[in-house]
Amino acid sequence: MNATADSYVTEDGRTIGGVLMDMRNITLRFGGVEAIKNISFDIREGEIRAIIGPNGAGKSSMLNVISGFYNPQEGEVFFRGERRPQMKPYQVARMGIARTFQNIALFEGMTVLDNIMTGRLNHMKAGLFRQAIWKGAAEREEIENRAHVERVIDFLEIQAIRKTPVGRLPYGLKKRVELARALAADPKLLLLDEPMAGMNVEEKEDMSRFILDVNDQFGTTIALIEHDMGVVMDLSDRVVVMDYGRKIGDGSPDEVRTNQEVIDAYLGVAHD
Amino acid sequence: MSTDFLYLVEVLINGLMAGVMYSLVALGFVLIFKASGIFNYAQGVMALFAALTLAGVMEGQVPFAHLINAVFGTEIHHFGWHVPALLAILLTVGVMVIFAWAVQRFVFRHLVGQEPIILFMATIGLAYFLEGVGDLMWGSDIKTLALGLPQGGSRWIEDMTAGMGGDDFYGFFIDKLDMVATVVAIILVASLIAFSQYTKHGRAMRAVADDHQAALSVGISLNFIWILVWSLAGFVALVAGIMWGAKSGVQFSLSLIALKALPVLMLGGFTSIPGAIVGGLIIGVGEKLFEFSVGPLIGGATENWFAYVLALVVLVFRPQGLFGEKIIERV
Repeated sequence: MNATADSYVTEDGRTIGGVLMDMRNITLRFGGVEAIKNISFDIREGEIRAIIGPNGAGKSSMLNVISGFYNPQEGEVFFRGERRPQMKPYQVARMGIARTFQNIALFEGMTVLDNIMTGRLNHMKAGLFRQAIWKGAAEREEIENRAHVERVIDFLEIQAIRKTPVGRLPYGLKKRVELARALAADPKLLLLDEPMAGMNVEEKEDMSRFILDVNDQFGTTIALIEHDMGVVMDLSDRVVVMDYGRKIGDGSPDEVRTNQEVIDAYLGVAHD
Repeated sequence: MSTDFLYLVEVLINGLMAGVMYSLVALGFVLIFKASGIFNYAQGVMALFAALTLAGVMEGQVPFAHLINAVFGTEIHHFGWHVPALLAILLTVGVMVIFAWAVQRFVFRHLVGQEPIILFMATIGLAYFLEGVGDLMWGSDIKTLALGLPQGGSRWIEDMTAGMGGDDFYGFFIDKLDMVATVVAIILVASLIAFSQYTKHGRAMRAVADDHQAALSVGISLNFIWILVWSLAGFVALVAGIMWGAKSGVQFSLSLIALKALPVLMLGGFTSIPGAIVGGLIIGVGEKLFEFSVGPLIGGATENWFAYVLALVVLVFRPQGLFGEKIIERV
């Protein structure tokens, strides 16, 4: 594709591969409002890519474009080297793109275990009829997927609340269950919309550790939106900075930190 | 044991069994309401339509015979064969699945995100449309369902229990059809619960009922789940149609059983499958006991209104029903 497509090894020994997702000239409008203005960027295999920017910059809209919740008016999305046609969110999910939401979208009435099991739905192939009698393949599948879910539960240290209905959990744990559900899908790309919003310092540290561990141990590619600059700089390999729907910066945390336009956007310099 | 007490027991048992019949209808409502928030007024007509189709298929009736004859000037009414019951039931299930698909494709897909009252109005339209289609397809004659289900009081139970009371007690009178309905209902509910708790699509169904956005994000197609839910409701309607049809003949007044399901739903809650069962049983028993004990004092016919008044009383004290989800608003 281009020169940057070659893989390299980071300082902490992780291998960053070629381009996994390529967003080209994306423009998204809501009526007359341009939420995203002609933005291009890529996400490489194995990296943690952050999207940052002030409120209303269009970060969540961008994540919604990637996950198929919004369809951009202009631009193309390439996933694993192929142009992705317009898709419904559930079709995008089936391609191996899992996500969490800013305001947590969990199945409140279901237990933690059941919530995470829904993340495995696309790995279960037994047809309706076989399931209705729950024999053979369907039974084996249920057991295999259950084992996988248990590994995720262990990994995120939520064994104690497995059977608790999600509605009863405190906010921080809900965020973690949502991550677990996304992770259970074995995603090729994991999208996290403000995974640490509204958390206290301790919860933020836990969540940061989990994100790093997920990336390190499973090699999962992660794209995340976050407000806390300290967290973003610590976690991410590369950062896209958005402001008023435009891309104003793209590069390593250090490059972005010293970018004058980025500093202006965050300190609130008047726009032309 | 005194004869009065034995009569009371008999009333109780018959009440429970009548309740099962109400529950069968209420179940269909709960399924759709839980998964899509639609109060499906057409559930009763779906039961009628399913029963009409089953009876029509079994008798080898030509669907839309009236229309065909009018257009082509032919004079056909019957294929001249009889379809065995099991095959006919399978065919009817197929018709209900096609109906589910059509409802989703042509009606509710275009109404996603509309107010509940609009969705409700759409189901009223659907009810009358389906009633018309049923008439056009199978004619308006009263049909009998010759499924070979046992009818009438059980002699065996009567003989077995006759000795329990005095000389003027002749044993419990229990309708065999009610007993079959009870067994069928138990199997139906058990399999519905097992399906929704332990299978992939059951889990997806519950997920959609809970949160649309989250369901989409894990790769669930809302459209598919809604077709599945309407198909299940169609199947439940068929079972209800068979039982009620066998009891009182397949006629157009069958669609009114939906009205009997309303108080059951208010009592049990619109979102709970166990609620539909318990609600049905309470109303069945309450209705019969009330008629038995208070009825003679106020001139009888209390069965017509008792269920509604009971539901009203429950609504006053527990608006979400006995088993419904409690609505808590945090401000």
